[in-house]
Amino acid sequence: MSGVSLTEQVVREPIPERPTGVGVPGTPGLIDASAFSFWYGKKQALYEITMGIQARSITAFIGPSGCGKSTFLRSINRLNELIPGTRHEGKIFLDDADIYARGTDVVALRQRTGMVFQRWNCFPKSIYENVAFGPRINGETDRAKLDEVVEGALRRAALWDEVKDRLRESAIGLSGGQQQRLCIARALANDPEVLLMDEPCSALDPIATQRIEELLVELKRELTIVIVTHNMQQAARVSDRTAFFFMGRLIEIGNTAELFTSPREAQTEAYITGRFG
Amino acid sequence: MTPSNAAAPLPDSGQGTPNTAIDGQDLQGGGWSDRAYDALLTAFALCVPLLLVLLIVALTMAAWPALKQFGFGFLTSSDWDPAAEHFGAAPAIYGTIVSSVIALVIATPLAIGVAIFVAEFAPRWLRQPIGFLIDLLAAIPSVVYGLWGIFVLVPALRETVMPFLRDTLHLGATPFFSGPAYGPSMLAAGVVLAIMILPYISSVSREVLLAVPRSQREAALALGATRWEAIVGAVLPFARSGIIGGIILGLGRALGETMAVTMVIGNRHEIAASLFAPGYTIASLIANEFAEASGDMHLSALMAVGFVLFVITLLVNFVARWLVWQTSGGTRKVG
Ligand SMILES: Nc1ncnc2c1ncn2[C@@H]1O[C@H](COP(=O)(O)OP(=O)(O)OP(=O)(O)O)[C@@H](O)[C@H]1O
Ligand SMILES: [Mg+2]
Repeated sequence: MSGVSLTEQVVREPIPERPTGVGVPGTPGLIDASAFSFWYGKKQALYEITMGIQARSITAFIGPSGCGKSTFLRSINRLNELIPGTRHEGKIFLDDADIYARGTDVVALRQRTGMVFQRWNCFPKSIYENVAFGPRINGETDRAKLDEVVEGALRRAALWDEVKDRLRESAIGLSGGQQQRLCIARALANDPEVLLMDEPCSALDPIATQRIEELLVELKRELTIVIVTHNMQQAARVSDRTAFFFMGRLIEIGNTAELFTSPREAQTEAYITGRFG
Repeated sequence: MTPSNAAAPLPDSGQGTPNTAIDGQDLQGGGWSDRAYDALLTAFALCVPLLLVLLIVALTMAAWPALKQFGFGFLTSSDWDPAAEHFGAAPAIYGTIVSSVIALVIATPLAIGVAIFVAEFAPRWLRQPIGFLIDLLAAIPSVVYGLWGIFVLVPALRETVMPFLRDTLHLGATPFFSGPAYGPSMLAAGVVLAIMILPYISSVSREVLLAVPRSQREAALALGATRWEAIVGAVLPFARSGIIGGIILGLGRALGETMAVTMVIGNRHEIAASLFAPGYTIASLIANEFAEASGDMHLSALMAVGFVLFVITLLVNFVARWLVWQTSGGTRKVG
């Protein structure tokens, strides 16, 4: 961890757009990265990423394969630090608290930042137990309360009507799109402020993809959503802001419409017009 | 929103047809060498079940005189008297089951603990050596375990462990840990067996744990599970049917183990509640008496206990399959 204090870094490289949040100031779910770098062993994967992510909106990460989108996403819930030999410098703030500060409760952090993976990874348990996993490890044992949380999460993930009669059946019997929405429900059961999604639709057919996209637009009213995608149309369709990564660096971040119509950087333009990547 | 979309195309259901046609062609076509090869492999594959059937037939025929003469009493009587030509195998059956259960009770938690440590907690450089050492336990010949049992384990049990269990922990109040500490005993057999089956359970469990996809672990961790909660809540349940398989493999070993058990169990035809008392197992009974069996009925009785052992192992395997199916099947209803 760097010994540099935040003030020095801000002086050296000021955060360009301190996010204001959409709506009420102080909305939970604001993410700020400040000169965040990340290494896998000797290999540096991220170079001084500085960006603000607005609350209650959808931010898309785009960029060619291997440019560090997943690495940055997985730094926001500190999942990457479980890989041996990794290290980072710089800071990431979630609601004004440095998540890498000494003494940070990582378990609490991960409960506040739900994550949905590229390949749906439901547990081979019942639908109910999948959703109840988070609340249970949180110490919730009251059956009625659990029922309520599970139903609420499944409703928010637009899955309730499809599964309400088969909550006790194995999650593995669901279709891919349903399993991915179950994974979303599982994350929502923790009542997170942030939803981190790493290519959540890349293994789904267009109809399942569309359902998830509609769901995201619905969910952004309550959550900060960050979505990594290789699908430029998807980024254009659902996101409010888009960040373009290239070779471990953040090249450009801005309103999605602007970034796609009039990118500031030549590299961004080359990528979105399909000239490389 | 434009419908144009770069996501994966819809699976085309019509595509199944050409594939099947190609498969069918492959089966019908091919030269005579393919067919000869096919026939040869089929013959090999059929040999194994055939052997099994022959074995069962031979065993049943040899055991038949004793089974016919003693009937159900063969399983329930404790009287094994070659001179009077009366044979009851209850103590050996009881001892086989009890010693194996003791072994499982001791070995399973240890083996799974070791497997979890190696798969989840041990630093990478320590994994290989620990795994290797544990696997090495399986390579030690049975008779060496027996010798170790006689010279190290039995005295240690007699001098230290048994008095400790009986007097210090006051377990002597229960029938299972009461009475004099002989040394050679059901407990000694159980402990030796535990050490012998530990590598089987532990290797299988370790492999199964290592094979749990990283995505399962990450799913749990990303939900705010601690490392331990991820193991208990996600990794172990995912690995459950494989671990059960490992336990059954160990149980199968324990049921049939002969040499080491014969050397430490005391070989006495008696059902005693106390685990400190000597006992017998089917395998050691056969090993001890087969060479000097006095007469046809004695021989047939030994065949009959062998038959019983065979049935026990078969049952264990069926139960195992059922358990594995239960815990891995999609039909499972969860609490
Ligand atoms: N576990 C790891 N160990 C070592 N290097 C890694 C590891 N994971 C990722 N990297 C490297 O870090 C860089 C960034 O990877 P990352 O997965 O973040 O890219 P990405 O933008 O998500 O790519 P993709 O679009 O293919 O998912 C890559 O060069 C990759 O090789
Ligand atoms: Mg990625």
